Amino acid sequence: MGMTTDTYGARAAGSSTSEAGGTEAEQVFVTLTVGDQLCGIPVLSVRDVLGPQAITRIPLAPPEVAGSLNLRGRIVTAIDLRRRLHLPPPPPGSKQMSVVAEQGGELYALLVDQVAEVMSLKAAQFERNPPTLPQEWSRYSLGIYRLQGRLLVVLDVAPLLALSPQAA
Amino acid sequence: MDDLLADFLTETTESLAELDLALVKLEQEPEDAATLSLIFRLVHTIKGTCGFLGLPRLERVAHAGENVLGKVRDGALSVTPDVVSIVLSALDRIKTIVAALAATGSEPAGDDSQLIAALDAFLGGGAAHPPAKAKSPPAATPVAVEAAPPPPTPAPQPAAAPHAPPPPQAEVPAAEQAPSGDANLASQTIRVGVDVLENLMTLVSELVLTRNQLLQLARSQENAGFTGPLQRLSHITSDLQEGIMKTRMQPIGYAWNKLPRIVRDLARELDKKIDLVMLGADTELDRQVLELIKDPLTHMVRNSGDHGLETQAERRAAGKSETGRITLNAFHEGGHIVIEISDDGRGLPIDRIRAKVLAQGLSTEAELASMSPEAIQRFIFRAGFSTAAAITAVSGRGVGMDVVKTNIERIGGTIDLKSVAGQGTVFTIKIPLTLAIVAALIVEAGGERFAIPQISVVELVRAQEGSSYRQAGSDPHPGDISTSTIEQINGTPVLRLRERLLPLVKLDDLLQLHDRNAALDHGADAARHDGSHTIIVAQVGASLLGLVVDRVFDTEEIVVKPVAPVLRHISMFSGNTILGDGSVIMILDPSGIARATGIAGSGDGRLLDPRSNANAIGRDANDQTTAMLLFRAGDASHKAVPLGLVARLENIPRDRIELAAGVPVTQYRGRLMRLVPMSGEMDASQPEQPILVFTDSDTQSGQENCMGLAVDQIVDVVDEHLRIELSGARDGILGTAVIAGKATDVIDTSYWLTRANQDWFSRAGERDRHSRPKLLLIEDSDFFRQMIVPVLQAGGYDVTAVDTAAKALLLRDSGRMFDVIVSDIEMPDMDGLAFVRAVRASGIWAALPVVALAGRMSEQDVEDGRDAGFTDYVGKSAREALLRSLHQCLAHPPGAGDPMRMVA
Repeated sequence: MGMTTDTYGARAAGSSTSEAGGTEAEQVFVTLTVGDQLCGIPVLSVRDVLGPQAITRIPLAPPEVAGSLNLRGRIVTAIDLRRRLHLPPPPPGSKQMSVVAEQGGELYALLVDQVAEVMSLKAAQFERNPPTLPQEWSRYSLGIYRLQGRLLVVLDVAPLLALSPQAA
Repeated sequence: MDDLLADFLTETTESLAELDLALVKLEQEPEDAATLSLIFRLVHTIKGTCGFLGLPRLERVAHAGENVLGKVRDGALSVTPDVVSIVLSALDRIKTIVAALAATGSEPAGDDSQLIAALDAFLGGGAAHPPAKAKSPPAATPVAVEAAPPPPTPAPQPAAAPHAPPPPQAEVPAAEQAPSGDANLASQTIRVGVDVLENLMTLVSELVLTRNQLLQLARSQENAGFTGPLQRLSHITSDLQEGIMKTRMQPIGYAWNKLPRIVRDLARELDKKIDLVMLGADTELDRQVLELIKDPLTHMVRNSGDHGLETQAERRAAGKSETGRITLNAFHEGGHIVIEISDDGRGLPIDRIRAKVLAQGLSTEAELASMSPEAIQRFIFRAGFSTAAAITAVSGRGVGMDVVKTNIERIGGTIDLKSVAGQGTVFTIKIPLTLAIVAALIVEAGGERFAIPQISVVELVRAQEGSSYRQAGSDPHPGDISTSTIEQINGTPVLRLRERLLPLVKLDDLLQLHDRNAALDHGADAARHDGSHTIIVAQVGASLLGLVVDRVFDTEEIVVKPVAPVLRHISMFSGNTILGDGSVIMILDPSGIARATGIAGSGDGRLLDPRSNANAIGRDANDQTTAMLLFRAGDASHKAVPLGLVARLENIPRDRIELAAGVPVTQYRGRLMRLVPMSGEMDASQPEQPILVFTDSDTQSGQENCMGLAVDQIVDVVDEHLRIELSGARDGILGTAVIAGKATDVIDTSYWLTRANQDWFSRAGERDRHSRPKLLLIEDSDFFRQMIVPVLQAGGYDVTAVDTAAKALLLRDSGRMFDVIVSDIEMPDMDGLAFVRAVRASGIWAALPVVALAGRMSEQDVEDGRDAGFTDYVGKSAREALLRSLHQCLAHPPGAGDPMRMVA
């Protein structure tokens, strides 16, 4: 059954933007990890957060397409974020979660290792991409937030989802 | 104001479509006052509303048009093609302005003075003096430009009308609804945005899916309290679904609305006279389908008018009426809509198509020679194919019919054509009623499930994987008739299906399901291990295609959803859907698969040549075909051997070929098999050696002997009428026959068998020649006789062969005695049945076992054979079966009550 999965309260988190977002130059992010790297996606572009799902693989699809899944009656294309970022595949048996985003009226699920908390981050912590960032990351990164002890890469959803059919 | 404008635009667009139709009608029936007043009223309404909304440009054009129409209505001006043309060009201008208005919200800038002047010119002098300078600005439609110059067409005024008898009028509902007389009707319909309906449809689809999920749940939980209400919910959902579907249905007439106008313009442009007859315009189909077939239909009607119909002079010369006719006919047929587009023109020029095919290298002369006219005509569906000698503005650019075909196949439809030279052409399009919900077969391949639209599934066949080439004679499960064997031609899997070869596509190979996630394949493993597969026989256009899958589940009603944009390039899928259990599944597109595997492109190719279908074996003795295996050995020419003689085809890895006492051998099925290179030596550079395996089981000793004939390449299997020219001149060659359009050497298998095994025939011969059973063979075909005699000799019989039943009876009357008789059934003069009756009736052979060798094996045939007096009935080329049957006949001579056996 498609409905047995956990759906986290992405919308509830979205409501906090109005409180936190307006006052200072703060932005709210859904944070996630992919291959040990902490990343963030602007909360307003996140439609849903899903637990591990049954994913139907699609033959002959571009390698970044992990397959498709059923989200409350809508068919969502699952994108393997590790592959997209040229990271090694996850250890066997690991259960990946997904972050659902919309692009051009279509829903996409970004497969990630773990979805963590929703964070409100100050603009003062933000920096542009360091010029040395490898291209496979800088292409999809809007910039970096300096957090305590670690860095958060802000993912740019649009280019991530802009898969060219010829990518295969 | 915005709302007012939007309403005006909708209304005006509808009126304009109606006006197009009405004007064309008026041209044909100038005296029709009702049509005239309808036209006048519509134009008047447009003009009036423009004034009210403050749209001066529109108003001026409409006003000038109305003036001309007013003159016509008053009888001051008669309806001529010129008048109609000028009014139509005014309408075109109005359309242009309205389109810009819809896009930008305001009237576009532009100068209509020339058009208005041209219109006004009619007010003064009437049609007899159209002003020479009446040219409309080029910015507008080309029709206006065409229409304005003085007509080169026939006589002045009423010329068009009498020549065009009132055609069976198109029942276009738009025209019926509009007349203001029926106010009640108007209040019973409301205008609903298409998006609202689309949305409703999506919701209902979801509801259907959820219902299916619930039903599945309920099935697993017995005695649940919700079963009753769920049943009701289910019924209501079905009703709702049907109701919503109905709102999406539209008469096909909507797709035809523009055609009368197009045909009229076309006729003027090409100086032809064309009648457009539209039948069944009220046939309803889903609006989505309607939208998709609109353009293909328009294109085809243009084609009919441009290419199909002759000019007036040509028609006169051919003794036809000057006026050509294009007929559109739509009707329902078994869940489908059939649309026929026919013309009574010249028909498709086969010679020109043939020349074009050759020029473009699409086929060879020999292939064309063997094709039916229909197959050749179907070349017009190939990309880039146009036979129009000249490229006209209308058609002939070679981007026509293939696009039409692709578009129609994309919505799950088919297109076919029939053409008779001098009499015309009929195109038949068959399309599904709706695309939204379809019945689909759920199958599994490579551990994944897929849906195949039921409409393209012809049948399901169970088949065993195996290299074993032909098992018909030795099939240990005679009851399991439906199980066939997947055979290989040079690594390409094929299946024999009722004497046709069905090209097979292994779904897991095609979709590359092996390499990825092999661990997921557990489901398929079980199915794969016992080597059994199910083959989905799918219809793609005129060809059949076999999809090999591991398993077949249920049929399910599915809601087709388009795939995500990143996946649109994969032509194998037509969409995806969510099943009752909530999982996402891809929908296979058989025509996409056929295109990807090249089957559709070669749809008229040899493997699926319609002729081989027509020649289902045994229809007529002279019309019989023989399955021949084509191969190459030594040189580039083809050689052939009857498939029935070959036990198996194998590819032996080079390193498994050894030399024993100087001759090549290989270990085969636990024993050594002698290999005989057909060309004298084997090509050691190839990693694998193709081998034709011949076996012979000695019925007396129970031993099996086998020999491998090493060839260079296995080419094909073809069913051919075999006319063999026997020639004993060359060793190992029986003779020459024309196979697949080429002269082909047919090999003498007995020669090669002897080469492999010097005692192949002498084994039996070692026994006292007199102790060998004497066998009489009656077979009229030289070829079959040549083929069977060695087999029988190898089986240990002393064979006497004759070619007619009469000769056999002469032998009887001369006192020759045999132990057993084998007779063909279908023979000229005296057939097998008559022969056996004669044998049983009197003479010294009356008690002998007589085995029938038959092409036909129906129950009735066997029955007839038994009644006539045959002891046993064996299929032709079922070699093993024949030997077994003979063995049995001799072991148990036929008694009075012996039951008849049937061996396929």
